[in-house]
Amino acid sequence: MLQVRGLTVSVAGRTILGGVDFHVDRGETVVLFGPNGSGKTSLLKTIIGHPDYRVESGSIVFKGRDITGLPTDERARLGIGIAFQRPPAVRGVRLKDLLQACIEIRGETDGEIIDEYARRLNLEDFLRREINLGFSGGEIKRSELLQLMAQAPDFIMLDEPDSGVDLVSINLVGEVINGMLQKNRRAVKRSRAGMIITHAGYILDYVNADRAYVMLGGAIFCSGNPRDVLADIRAKGYEGCVVCER
Amino acid sequence: MRKIDAEKKAKAAASRPSVFGPDIDLAAYSAEAEDHGSVRRLKELPAEFKDRAAYVGIDAEEDCRAGSFFQADHTVMFSESRHKGLEVMSTVEALAKYDWLEDYWWEAVGPDTDKYTAQAELKQNSGYFLRALPGARAEFPLQACLYMTRDGLAQNVHNIIIAEEGSELHIITGCATAQRMRSGLHVGVSEFYVKKDARVTFTMVHNWAEDMAVRPRAAAVVEENGVFLSNYVCMKPVRTLQMYPTAYCMGENSVVRFNNILLAPPGSSMDVGSKACLRAKGSRVEVVTRAITSGGDIIARGHLIGEVPEVKGHLECRGLILAEKGRIHAIPELQGEVSGIDMSHEAAVGKIAEEEIRYLMARGLSADEATAAIVRGFLDIEIKGLPEHLKAEIRRAVSLGGKDRLM
Repeated sequence: MLQVRGLTVSVAGRTILGGVDFHVDRGETVVLFGPNGSGKTSLLKTIIGHPDYRVESGSIVFKGRDITGLPTDERARLGIGIAFQRPPAVRGVRLKDLLQACIEIRGETDGEIIDEYARRLNLEDFLRREINLGFSGGEIKRSELLQLMAQAPDFIMLDEPDSGVDLVSINLVGEVINGMLQKNRRAVKRSRAGMIITHAGYILDYVNADRAYVMLGGAIFCSGNPRDVLADIRAKGYEGCVVCER
Repeated sequence: MRKIDAEKKAKAAASRPSVFGPDIDLAAYSAEAEDHGSVRRLKELPAEFKDRAAYVGIDAEEDCRAGSFFQADHTVMFSESRHKGLEVMSTVEALAKYDWLEDYWWEAVGPDTDKYTAQAELKQNSGYFLRALPGARAEFPLQACLYMTRDGLAQNVHNIIIAEEGSELHIITGCATAQRMRSGLHVGVSEFYVKKDARVTFTMVHNWAEDMAVRPRAAAVVEENGVFLSNYVCMKPVRTLQMYPTAYCMGENSVVRFNNILLAPPGSSMDVGSKACLRAKGSRVEVVTRAITSGGDIIARGHLIGEVPEVKGHLECRGLILAEKGRIHAIPELQGEVSGIDMSHEAAVGKIAEEEIRYLMARGLSADEATAAIVRGFLDIEIKGLPEHLKAEIRRAVSLGGKDRLM
């Protein structure tokens, strides 16, 4: 579904990703580990087309189409969705109005589906509120997921969906992510794929991932079974990865 | 004020420039206008009049209206109340009918305020008189339109609005110019008297020709438990608009709220303020301004004066600069004359955060759609205390104005 090849990216003239290679297949969920500043969020922002992230070389191919030069909204319309780690508050724009726009973009006309999604995420009372304005950390995470549900993208990127979420909510967050990633179907029957950034790995107790990538210094460092990789990181820290490389 | 006294004062101020706004050469405008005659029903107005008036909230069919007033240039073409507790007529007619009107004439606004008020006295071209009798409450609003057709004309109107004790008066007023009209001068004096336990909502929408000079001069006197809500919407080009309506909270627990929605396209200069003098215990005022420039100049003023203890006031101004050459200057002033008052202000001027646009784009909205959604939200002031149909009128005016200029 997504092929990233030799992706080198700079922000304000400084290289922040150097030759990133990875892929995510249809039906797969990959997890992206890495210490702070290793480039995980930068990679997601590059994939969604943030204009500050300038692609110096390499390519991003989504569903067979090179999207490296496309603007963000076109990528979103093609089926890439992202739950941001720290989204901005958008004063004056009500959450429900954005959700309505999201479902209209994908050709859905039944507005009641918004209420149903909101109910599932315990966000009914937030629909009339301005997006993210005065939301708590956990509410923001759920609001991001709600927007993704309305968008229904084929490729779902989640930037630390488990940070700042309490134990009760993380269960719900995990359920919703599993639903979006069609985890109730056999892998070959799934039409969607996902990529999850996680720092502490809590979300992996709720969402099964197929493969893990480790990022260090702006590049994909290694890949492997998510649980094994996480166990290694927990045991030896990211310094262990560096030792491993030597 | 007696006519003779008003004239005397006006003559003394005939060349006095306004404290604010560029000075206007009054001699550059003509006083001559054709007589448009009268119509028996509002819907008999010429089609163009109706179309242009509709844009500023005037419904020629008079559905959901308690009465109407329509003045084109100097001609009062129609005035009628459809509710027995409400009076609608021209101020010329009202002055002839009611001796006591002198007690209100130039009592809230001084005829010698500046050369514009002076001109309104010395060269008055009618204006509307709207009155709710004691205890009267109409479900629907009155509508009043001041319309201009003749290029280069000066229209000087003097309006009086009285809500007698315990009454409720909702007004939609629109000022507009004919399609072909380019330049002119509109001077509009409006004096509001909100008696004990009365309530006035006044929603004014302006749609001027691009080369118009506009000088409204308004003041409201609000008595005990009285409520005065003023909503002003101007989203069309106007060469120079300067107004600074003042509310005097004279009675205990009186409430005033000004909402201003301004959009200044290139070539427009708007200097719009709202002032309130809190003169009685328990009185409250709130001023909310949303200003957007897509290339024009906006000065958004606010001045609250707390003259007695136990009063409360808040000023809020938010401005969005959507074009490189646009300018917004927010000037909030708080003046406390005694202790025991509670007054505050907040002002913010800037452009739309790129981050917010990008965020909405990540949901599939184009950059234009994202900008439009944010602008729409910015202008969507939660106007408290307005009947639903008036809210709808304001939303309609905002969306029409925004559509042409921004979306």
